[in-house]
Amino acid sequence: MKYRIAFVAMLALVMQPASAQNKPATAKKGAKPPAAAPAEQKDAATLEFEKFRTQMEQEGNPAELFEVKGEEFWKTKRGPKNVSLAESCDLGLGIGVVKGAYVQMPRYFADAGKVMDAERRIVWCMVEKQGFKFDDLAKKPFASGEYTPEQTSLVTYVAGQSKDMKIAIPLKDPHVKDVYEIGKEIVAYRAGPYDFSCNTCHGADGKRIRMQNLPNITTAKGSLTAVLGWPGYRMTGGVMLTPQWRMGDCFRQQRFPQPKYASDTITALLTYMTANANGQMYKGLGIKR
Amino acid sequence: MKTTARLSFLAAAMVTLVAAMPAAHADGDHRARAIATMKQDFVTKGQATADRISEDGLQAICNRTGNKPPETIAKQLETDQMAGVKYPTDGKLMGDWKSGEKIAQSGRGFTWSDEPGLPVGGNCYNCHQIAPKETSFGTVGPTLFHFGKLRGNTVDIQKYVYSKIYNAKSYNLCSEMPRFGHIGALKEHQIKDLVALLLDPESPVNK
Ligand code: HEC
Ligand code: HEC
Repeated sequence: MKYRIAFVAMLALVMQPASAQNKPATAKKGAKPPAAAPAEQKDAATLEFEKFRTQMEQEGNPAELFEVKGEEFWKTKRGPKNVSLAESCDLGLGIGVVKGAYVQMPRYFADAGKVMDAERRIVWCMVEKQGFKFDDLAKKPFASGEYTPEQTSLVTYVAGQSKDMKIAIPLKDPHVKDVYEIGKEIVAYRAGPYDFSCNTCHGADGKRIRMQNLPNITTAKGSLTAVLGWPGYRMTGGVMLTPQWRMGDCFRQQRFPQPKYASDTITALLTYMTANANGQMYKGLGIKR
Repeated sequence: MKTTARLSFLAAAMVTLVAAMPAAHADGDHRARAIATMKQDFVTKGQATADRISEDGLQAICNRTGNKPPETIAKQLETDQMAGVKYPTDGKLMGDWKSGEKIAQSGRGFTWSDEPGLPVGGNCYNCHQIAPKETSFGTVGPTLFHFGKLRGNTVDIQKYVYSKIYNAKSYNLCSEMPRFGHIGALKEHQIKDLVALLLDPESPVNK
């Protein structure tokens, strides 16, 4: 793989700002005191990263490796019931249909009686159709250095099948609208030791935590930023991560307790943000630093 | 104000709010269901216990009013928050700016991945520009560069900064800034060091 070497070099640069809350990026020596605080100011590491991302996107996004794996998982007969998802799982557009399904989720699924986001729906199918145990899937839900859960690869595959399609969350469906409104409340709900809500960090334009730009998820433009590039390949640690993971890590930074995997709370947040981005183009799998 | 009096005021304020502005923020039904959903979906991890999902009185008022409580209620509750600020017993409000800089840098504390028991940081650079050498700063709060140079460092200003850090809500009820002293995140000597970082003429903030 061509990008391997450049990749290792990049890691050194991008490692630090990965979790700004705990590991602040080091200051550049001798820098002039910035007079004001321009919103879109980018440090050297950010600029380097963006250059590298463009290059990777042209030469082959590492997320595509997970897409290939996910496609295999989708099409192979698996699980205690030995069926494939391709022959049993309905992502909203009919059994086995993946093209365009991702940009229309979260949506309401009558068979489950619930609004579900893509990852939750895939997990539901794995449990109901293939016979996997939910608790086993929920035990190690996100990728680590050594391990990528099957559902992460599946979400990656399904998302890739909506590249360059318009986001179209069916808000006209009263079930979806209802969950959207709950999501809107959760986003504004302040609690915990620091009195934080999502909106503390994501409720206004042009805000940053350290050098990390924070999309304003109450706007169409900001919500698009929040949706684009997920699921994404994260260079720090070299792992593939889903929107479910992103929500959990933001709750961590919010000093909240841990949301359960594939829960209503996460679906509500994803419904709110994705529907706010309705009508705009989903550009496919992302690369995150 | 005595605690009981304060509590009953809070209760009265809540009742007034619920009665007077039922749909100020959003559909009350969705709010109730959002809270019920969260109560059911969150579990304790590390030091981040599940009960953190419950709002305290101040949070509830900010949540219910979209962070814009009526002026009279805001004023009264800010006074309540201010009454809880504990100033140093030795009367000194400024400590060591060098140590203050370290506290301002650290974002540690209160997350489920932080080891409990270790000292907590101030998170200040996450949200504020402070000393010029640190170019990686957030913009959730205003810049504090040249704070002492612009505002001076009289006892009144020292008291202001000490109490703002101790409890930011005593000046601005629904401020996005945490209440570092009020919740016991920062100790008296740490807050003093942060006051020095912002106000000491020797601090790089004021060069
Ligand atoms: C204390 C600050 C803080 C809070 C509270 C917070 N976030 Fe975040 N959020 C961040 C940071 C920092 C990032 C990382 C940005 C980056 O990697 O460039 C981020 C990233 C995101 C992203 C991905 C943006 C992108 O460009 O890929 C989304 C979506 C998001 N947050 C949504 C939320 C939601 C929803 C909540 C509430 C449940 C929330 N955040 C709470 C700080 C916060
Ligand atoms: C999550 C964001 C956040 C964090 C963390 C934070 N602040 Fe703030 N701070 C704000 C915001 C927003 C304001 C402006 C609104 C207000 O005054 O309440 C503010 C205001 C202030 C002010 C008053 C400024 C003025 O012009 O009078 C001071 C002083 C201050 N912060 C110091 C600190 C210090 C010291 C720390 C670290 C211990 C800190 N802040 C941490 C968000 C934050």
